[in-house]
Amino acid sequence: MPAHLADKRLVFVTGKGGVGKSTVAIALGIAAARRGLRTVVAELSGQARAAETFGIAAPAAEEVRLTECLHATSIGVDEALEEYLHERAGRVGDLLAASRAFHAFTAATPGMRELMTIGKAWELSQDPRRISGRRPYDLVVVDAFATGHALGALRTPATFAQIARVGPIAHQGRTIDASLGDPAHTAVVAVALPEEMPVTETLALRRGLREAIGQEPAAVVVNACLPERFGPRQARTIADALASTGDGLAQAALRTALSEHARARAQREQAARLAEGSGTAPVELPYVFAEAIGPAELGELADRLEVLL
Amino acid sequence: MSGVADWLDGARVCVVGGSGGVGKTTSSAALAAGMAARGLKVAVVTIDPAQRLATALGLDELGNEPQRIEAERFAAAGLPLGDGELWAMTLDPKRTFDELIARLSPDDDTRERILANRVYRELSDAIAGSQEFTAVAKLHELAQEGRWDLLVLDTPPSRNALDFLDAPDRLRAFFEGRALQALLRGGGAGLRLIGRGSGLALGLLKRVTGAELLSDLSDFFRLLGGLLGGFRTRAAEVEALLRAPGTTFLLVTSPEREPIDEALYFQRRLRSAGMALGGAVVNRVHVDELAGEDARLAGLPALLERETGLSAAPARQVAAAFADEHALACRDAANVAHLRERLGTGVPLACVALLDEDVHDVDGLVRLGARLFA
Repeated sequence: MPAHLADKRLVFVTGKGGVGKSTVAIALGIAAARRGLRTVVAELSGQARAAETFGIAAPAAEEVRLTECLHATSIGVDEALEEYLHERAGRVGDLLAASRAFHAFTAATPGMRELMTIGKAWELSQDPRRISGRRPYDLVVVDAFATGHALGALRTPATFAQIARVGPIAHQGRTIDASLGDPAHTAVVAVALPEEMPVTETLALRRGLREAIGQEPAAVVVNACLPERFGPRQARTIADALASTGDGLAQAALRTALSEHARARAQREQAARLAEGSGTAPVELPYVFAEAIGPAELGELADRLEVLL
Repeated sequence: MSGVADWLDGARVCVVGGSGGVGKTTSSAALAAGMAARGLKVAVVTIDPAQRLATALGLDELGNEPQRIEAERFAAAGLPLGDGELWAMTLDPKRTFDELIARLSPDDDTRERILANRVYRELSDAIAGSQEFTAVAKLHELAQEGRWDLLVLDTPPSRNALDFLDAPDRLRAFFEGRALQALLRGGGAGLRLIGRGSGLALGLLKRVTGAELLSDLSDFFRLLGGLLGGFRTRAAEVEALLRAPGTTFLLVTSPEREPIDEALYFQRRLRSAGMALGGAVVNRVHVDELAGEDARLAGLPALLERETGLSAAPARQVAAAFADEHALACRDAANVAHLRERLGTGVPLACVALLDEDVHDVDGLVRLGARLFA
């Protein structure tokens, strides 16, 4: 089933550590911006990889423009809190943001950082924006936390709604949670590698996400797929060739090609397991052999992700 | 030299750190199995909600207490454990935290009220540093038991690989919750304000957060206050364990730039905290088979056709695969050289070549171990 991400407002990209979440988030942002969607890639924990890749300085919490339609921002918890208080209570909110009481409260309340982070991602996806003077976006792509932490973070609005019961935080929590559970507004993209552990974790994410926000991943992306250069018959021919030659360089090349072939085949099995268990056909991204992933490589990955829009 | 076995000589505790996705859990398990094969009683502790270690060991599930792994599993894979023992456990952070609260509570009433407090119940996962702290606290508990010669801790996956170094401090600050306690007095019944200036701020705070959340928090911190003394002692013991002479840290990384940068940051933090880095493992390194013959790459398809009789198309494909893998090997070699240079000569480094299959069972662990201990 097509993911139709272009019709959503808020897309969380998550996956096990080291699977290339940030790369996929940025490439997805590029693909959306090419379509003419006013897009922002939102990163967390002070990261600003999107802006760095484009060679643009990104001061904390500011929304910077990278290309005509593509923007980037790094969500800062403190800034998000100040914005929230200002929006809710104006000058009084500013006063509160500067007070010791409030800092003690936010530092002491477990989950507050996650709540504010998710809340800010949600605010970016609102039309009109809650922050006056900011233009709305067609699509917000969040380079979200790694799987385990992401599930906890996505659950925080509902948790706060439940424990605060009444009052503004409870209300805000309920509003955000409703958006997260609304497939017309929010989607989650799960990124995996075609390896045993990441595939297992991605399949577990499906259930965890249903429990957290009542949605399944709208799309699954398999990153870093090695090329399939040979069929099984050719692989046998190459193995025979390896046995027959005495030339050192030829041996090294044949050995390396066979080793890559073995890894590619193991990847195919895992990709098939993922496709079977995830209920949606995963989009495969090729292994990038370049030394570093720059705008050119991201552009190529964006080509592959267009089907998700 | 027998690789990591030398690094761990005399160690009683080995803390394995590194960013996510670099093979930390499998390396920890391979390391523990390898040391068990050297006759030690070893327990490996991992935080692994996905039960990946259990899967790799061929078990359905690992519990919150170490469980002995049948030696036959390893013997069948070619690694006889002899007199050694391998134990493994998957830490359940929530349960361990509950146990910690229970142990530190001055009386049953306090314990019950904390465990039933809504803030604690719903949000204890989110208490900063709690996962990391419970991991080290569990390690401390096992070290106290004295049943093992070596404990291997696979640290929790976190963006910042060394959150657990700060965890005792962060959690101590949290338990103290002084600033908030100073503002909130009284329990769930209501909030009494102290001081005129803070009264205004607290009134506003109540307006923004709702009174119930504040009173639950207030109640929670008042209850925690009773545990503070015990917690401080525990945190000090945990910190002492991390600094003990028998405790060593191992870094695990992949040969990519980002995890390597994170590993180097980890090293700096360890050094400034006065803790010992025992060595670094670089997993999944692409091996260069070209041996400096770059100039011959261009003529490789022709050479393959001539030397092996391959037809033109597969010969070109083999050459393309070789060139691509060679580029990766060069990238990896440069990154490893950077790591080696920055780590300095005092820190041993082991590179583990990329395996053709990923490690997800006992056979894989034994293969990985063979390279680590080579």
